[in-house]
Amino acid sequence: MELIYAIAIGVLAGSGVWLILRPRTFQVIMGLTLMSYAVNLFIFGMGRLVVGRPPVIDPSITPDPAVLADPLPQALVLTAIVIGFATTALFLVVLLASRGLTGTDHVDGRESES
Amino acid sequence: MIDWLQHAPIYPIAVPLIAGAAMLLLADKRRRLRAGIGLLASLAQLAAAVTLLALAAGAGGVWPSGVGVYLPGDWPAPFGIVLVVDRLSAVMLTLTAVLGLASLIYSLARWDRLGVHFHSLFQFLLMGLNGAFLTGDLFNLFVFFEVLLAASYGLILHGSGEARVSAGLQYIAVNLVASFLLLISIALIYGVTGTLNLADLALRAGALGGSDRLLFEAGAAVLGLAFLVKAGAWPLNFWLVRGYSSASAPVGAVFSIMTKVGIYALLRIGSLLLPTGAPAAFSLDWMFAAGLATLIFGAIGLLATQRLEKQVSYCVIISAGTLLTALGMPGVRLTGPALFYLLSSVLTTGAFFMLIELIERTRTFGANVLAVTLDLFDLDDPESPNRSDDVVGVAIPAAMAFLGLAFVSCALLVTGLPPLSGFVAKFSLLSAAVAEANSSTQPADAWILVAAVLAAGLAGIVAFGRTGMRIFWGNDERTTPRLRVFEAGPVAVLILLCVALAAGAGPVSAYLDDAARSLDQPALYIDAVMSANPARSQGGH
Repeated sequence: MELIYAIAIGVLAGSGVWLILRPRTFQVIMGLTLMSYAVNLFIFGMGRLVVGRPPVIDPSITPDPAVLADPLPQALVLTAIVIGFATTALFLVVLLASRGLTGTDHVDGRESES
Repeated sequence: MIDWLQHAPIYPIAVPLIAGAAMLLLADKRRRLRAGIGLLASLAQLAAAVTLLALAAGAGGVWPSGVGVYLPGDWPAPFGIVLVVDRLSAVMLTLTAVLGLASLIYSLARWDRLGVHFHSLFQFLLMGLNGAFLTGDLFNLFVFFEVLLAASYGLILHGSGEARVSAGLQYIAVNLVASFLLLISIALIYGVTGTLNLADLALRAGALGGSDRLLFEAGAAVLGLAFLVKAGAWPLNFWLVRGYSSASAPVGAVFSIMTKVGIYALLRIGSLLLPTGAPAAFSLDWMFAAGLATLIFGAIGLLATQRLEKQVSYCVIISAGTLLTALGMPGVRLTGPALFYLLSSVLTTGAFFMLIELIERTRTFGANVLAVTLDLFDLDDPESPNRSDDVVGVAIPAAMAFLGLAFVSCALLVTGLPPLSGFVAKFSLLSAAVAEANSSTQPADAWILVAAVLAAGLAGIVAFGRTGMRIFWGNDERTTPRLRVFEAGPVAVLILLCVALAAGAGPVSAYLDDAARSLDQPALYIDAVMSANPARSQGGH
């Protein structure tokens, strides 16, 4: 499971970096989105990959760390998703404004010479 | 009364949050009410920051060790969120409040009407800045960074126009990537140490061994990289000049403290991790090298550019470079003077950003670029029509004299010539560096620092001398501008604050030296955080 998970993060991050380096704003925003997926998965993975363990402590049984998953990375990933979502939405608006004002979707606001 | 003081650390975060949220509910037409709330909130933040400044110095005996810990959720560290106030954070909070107030007053003249929700965004920016200076927890540092960045995205676009939007696009993209780096490093550090609390982290990082240690160092290196992007260190600062120089004047002014958040974070986390053998980016050699490269890049850029707003943006880079270089020297001898330089340079660049706009009004487009360059690059007027001309206001007599005097003062402050605080800052920095060179076994670094700082100063003198002559002595067509008290006032106040900083250099440096010394004793900070008791247990349940 770890291997597949790691490869997935790697592929997402790699594609994201490649897209961010492209000259069109739409490619950049897709790259940022893919990178945020990779980062969110990475944070989640840092809480260790386990199956079948609840993150919430049941008050009726004595808490034992061995049968519980670490809830903190899950909370962190939620926060990161919300923040990433909001900033991506904002970037999308700026992208459209830039397209409208400059008449091109190049990241520099003008087409390159060549 | 004691109760109010105990809750003092939360005010710099709660006040702008409540004020900003309240202003969102008001209709756009109620401009006066919004401006009033904004001013009131900024004044309250200034009062809170000054209170914290006094408390951190030991006033009233509330925090005897000079470190105040506040538990917002009333859970003990390292499980709950902590806010920590020490001398360094109190100084940064005060600086933010002063600069924020000045920029806000300046914006009331007309900038706040050129877009929606200016006042709310402004308060959220201040909240993010204050929170980043206060938090004692790595993930909250990320959250407050995001708050201040999200507000800054809105503010950098304020006033709209092609130049701002395309500069803003790049600014946002770079900062989003930096935020991802920050998240990756936080996840790595949490995965290895199992904690996000800075004090707890400092305790646990020392005990790591083997592969955990390697992973931790990788995480810390990425963390340092993210902070260096925010601090504007070369080669991670190509977004800065374009973004800052195209932002509207009051926004540029308040942005001049934003790069200092990165430097604050490097300083704070570096000081806590130092006893554990600070990894990669926090180790001094790296910071010194990055700072030196930034300093040289800034000096060259300053000489190469001809537009005033870009020159000031390069001054921000030079200031970041000087700070990183000075903080990259071993020991704390240079930290106190570096903090003094930070105060002086932030106030100066803040005043300068606002002054530029006033100066721009005196001239027709192209007067600020050499005629040859104008022909060579076939430039058109890139400014939107909202820029100048249509201003109505009471003409202050001798407006040109004020502008000239303010320009000379800013130039003196930036380059570090006497008699203003820029000189005091650079002099104390250089004398500390020379003392370091004489006492250390490897004096080369200190001498390089001295040479680089002096060379950057010389570049500043050349660049601003040239620009000043063109602006004030040139024969170009020129109109005497109309200035409003709202606009000239904040510039004058910031410059007068620098004068006051020079006059009161003794007590201020003593305070900052204390701040530097407490950074050298991270145990104080760690003990204060780890031993903080929740309020309910003090009451004995």
